Amino acid sequence: MAAQTNGTGPSVNGRAYPFTDHKFDVVVVGAGGAGLRAVVGCSEAGLKTACITKVFPTRSHTVAAQGGISAALGNMGEDDWRFHMYDTVKGSDWLGDQDAIEYLVRNAPAAVYELEHWGVPFSRTEEGKIYQRPFGGMTTHYGKGTAQRTCAAADRTGHAILHTLYGAALKAKAQFFIEYFAIDLMMDEEGACVGVVALKMDDGTLHRFQSKRCILATGGYGRAYFSATSAHTCTGDGNAMVLRAGLPLQDMEFVQFHPTGIYGAGCLITEGARGEGGYLTNSEGDRFMERYAPSAKDLASRDVVSRSMTVEIREGRGVGKNKDHIFLHLDHLDPKILHERLPGISESARIFAGVDVTREPIPVIPTVHYNMGGIPTNFHGEVLTKLDGDPDSVVRGLMAIGEAACVSVHGANRLGSNSLIDLVVFGRATADRCAETVERNASHAELPKGASDLAISRLDKFRNASGGTPTAELRLDMQKVMQSNCAVFRTGEVLEEGKGLIHKVWSGAGDVGVTDRSLVWNSDLIETMEFDNLISQAVVTMESAVNRQESRGAHAREDFPDRDDKQWMKHTLAWADVEARTVSIDYRPVHTYTMTNDIQYIEPKARVY
Amino acid sequence: MVQLNLPKNSRLVEGKVWPKPGGAKDVTEFKVYRWNPDDGINPRVDTFFVDRGDCGPMVLDGLIWIKSNVDASLTFRRSCREGICGSCAMNIDGTNTLACTKGMDECADGGTVKIYPLPHMPVVKDLVPDLTRFYAQHASIEPWLKTDTRAPGTEWRQSHEDREKLDGLYECILCACCSTSCPSYWWNGDRYLGPAALLQAYRWLIDSRDEATGERLDGLEDPFKLYRCHTIMNCAKACPKGLNPAKAIAEIKHMMVSRQF
Repeated sequence: MAAQTNGTGPSVNGRAYPFTDHKFDVVVVGAGGAGLRAVVGCSEAGLKTACITKVFPTRSHTVAAQGGISAALGNMGEDDWRFHMYDTVKGSDWLGDQDAIEYLVRNAPAAVYELEHWGVPFSRTEEGKIYQRPFGGMTTHYGKGTAQRTCAAADRTGHAILHTLYGAALKAKAQFFIEYFAIDLMMDEEGACVGVVALKMDDGTLHRFQSKRCILATGGYGRAYFSATSAHTCTGDGNAMVLRAGLPLQDMEFVQFHPTGIYGAGCLITEGARGEGGYLTNSEGDRFMERYAPSAKDLASRDVVSRSMTVEIREGRGVGKNKDHIFLHLDHLDPKILHERLPGISESARIFAGVDVTREPIPVIPTVHYNMGGIPTNFHGEVLTKLDGDPDSVVRGLMAIGEAACVSVHGANRLGSNSLIDLVVFGRATADRCAETVERNASHAELPKGASDLAISRLDKFRNASGGTPTAELRLDMQKVMQSNCAVFRTGEVLEEGKGLIHKVWSGAGDVGVTDRSLVWNSDLIETMEFDNLISQAVVTMESAVNRQESRGAHAREDFPDRDDKQWMKHTLAWADVEARTVSIDYRPVHTYTMTNDIQYIEPKARVY
Repeated sequence: MVQLNLPKNSRLVEGKVWPKPGGAKDVTEFKVYRWNPDDGINPRVDTFFVDRGDCGPMVLDGLIWIKSNVDASLTFRRSCREGICGSCAMNIDGTNTLACTKGMDECADGGTVKIYPLPHMPVVKDLVPDLTRFYAQHASIEPWLKTDTRAPGTEWRQSHEDREKLDGLYECILCACCSTSCPSYWWNGDRYLGPAALLQAYRWLIDSRDEATGERLDGLEDPFKLYRCHTIMNCAKACPKGLNPAKAIAEIKHMMVSRQF
């Protein structure tokens, strides 16, 4: 059906906002790895599918993933999906839902072969199979050996996968709406999602996308922090839309710090660097990870390595003039190996740290990298909320995948290379679910009156915002608070202070001023809406962190140093009232059961690497 | 009649000189192209002064500093800031490159950083070009693996040597620096596919797993699509990832000739 322009659209504050209407079976918001995989699946299933994205697909942040994608192929030695499952559960510090984890690891090999069949230029073994490298926390025989499970295309795996998925989407003749910025969801009276409103950036026109299923694949919100490996565009727009729709986000206190962001620039140096034999040293030249993780050493889980580095720096053994970072050594590796397997980070280290990796160590520091938390879903990608005591109540019409979602397969800490596999496995699962459940021939219900009011009033507010505080200033204030008060180590006192400070930024946001009044490519307006998205997630993150009085995975409380399974083996759910600027918290039980009888529930035990 | 001058409303004029930051010790001058279709004013070049003590070393850091501290309406694309997403391609100091990997100190001309949008593309606003046609050309080479043989249950096998043939090709980030630096593309951009799309065409032609070589070559057998490359080599010079599209194009021409024997 052709798009219709409604010239008499709704008006807000005396200003008319005409919009163009579109109707699709499925609307996917975001064109990273998860979004594109879902788009391909839905298009191939014959569903009328739209993909809305604020950046051209190959610019999505999946492109920056380096080290690889995990799957127990066993190309480089013995492996089994059960080992992968054990590692993922242990990595999650038993906060992951084991039914979803089983789904992930069992579907991982097929998902990787599918990518290879679509053309991903994986590096190869001598026999011509997909090359696999060791990665943090990935073991064989339940922690006994080191697994080589992470499938790699040199150190540009995300780039190779994203470009291939974009090609696959072109082949599937998917319909893209590129440089459209999604503003808000459209919900009906019963709380079901019926579509999304977006702003076409190059002419400022408004578009309503009515859908039978809306799939949020909008990524993480790393830019809530001052120093992140995340792209400038990682602002968690979908998460914030969910909060504004009155739905909760899950486990937002779990923010992953990657051990090796380049000191200063924050750019990522893949864990694959340590997978290929790289190691960390302090100012005494000591390979300190041997003390913190005697067995896994530099390939312990990311939360463990980041904490160890932070302790070294705190105790005065950091390197550099201010003794505030750590060295990553690759200089002992064969330059041929560096050239073949780590060319991308060799280039990044030269450009952003001025370092020749064949001769000198790279200055690194734990840097915000990934959000384990996000939109709660089941392993079909259906969004969940807690309703009338049912903790697994499905929100009709709404799905979420990728970093935006919290399935939860990563629990309290994600293992390196489990993110790329999460994207494609659940991107496919969601498309499969749509293929099964969407009624292709059914017409769309009439849009409820006022379905787009939230989006339009929000746009109107920011387009005409004439307060005294520029967006950039508010954003910087938020990022500084998150960086100093919600970091690798946390205490009740620092978090309480952070809660006060982040709420102060939130209430100050009422005074935001937008300078650019133009309709064409108004990035001042877009950045303001992105800031508005970030601040609600920042507040929810801080409040969830204050609330959780234990240490688990990436959430390390010095005042509660132990994991407390009795009290806290449960998912945090956080709702935000964006008008009143308040947060409320509740919980969902962790799924302590597996998907099939092929494997038993893995009982919690102490997490030692 | 040949028009030797730009139409009046397209002529570049002197723009605004924005105030210097107070108290800054180390300042770099930025001269930045501005144009907004909404305001009816001619394109112009604004002058900004960036406080080097308050921002990172790259040109993109400078632009973000300007947007955050001086003029929030300055418009440009950016995302990953580490040279992998290809968003911030622009013409800096006379060459097309990525703002995020180009150091301010690398710019010549007495330390002034001169920035224009990628050349010869329609401008949407300021430093944002319209890349619609560029993307359509990339799509036209059908950038996906084509096979007739039934897919194996695991991976297609590929030897080290065959995989190595993709190096220098698959790393393309579609930033458009190469195509928009090519005089032949400037002249025949509507019919010549340009270096970026042709580099991708070769990436699939040379992939040992692909079984559509003939069909792909047929698609390029055209006086304009492929053969407007005159080995000017600006593409190879411009590529911020160090790739060589001109060589890939030469290889395609070679394949075209050798398949006739």
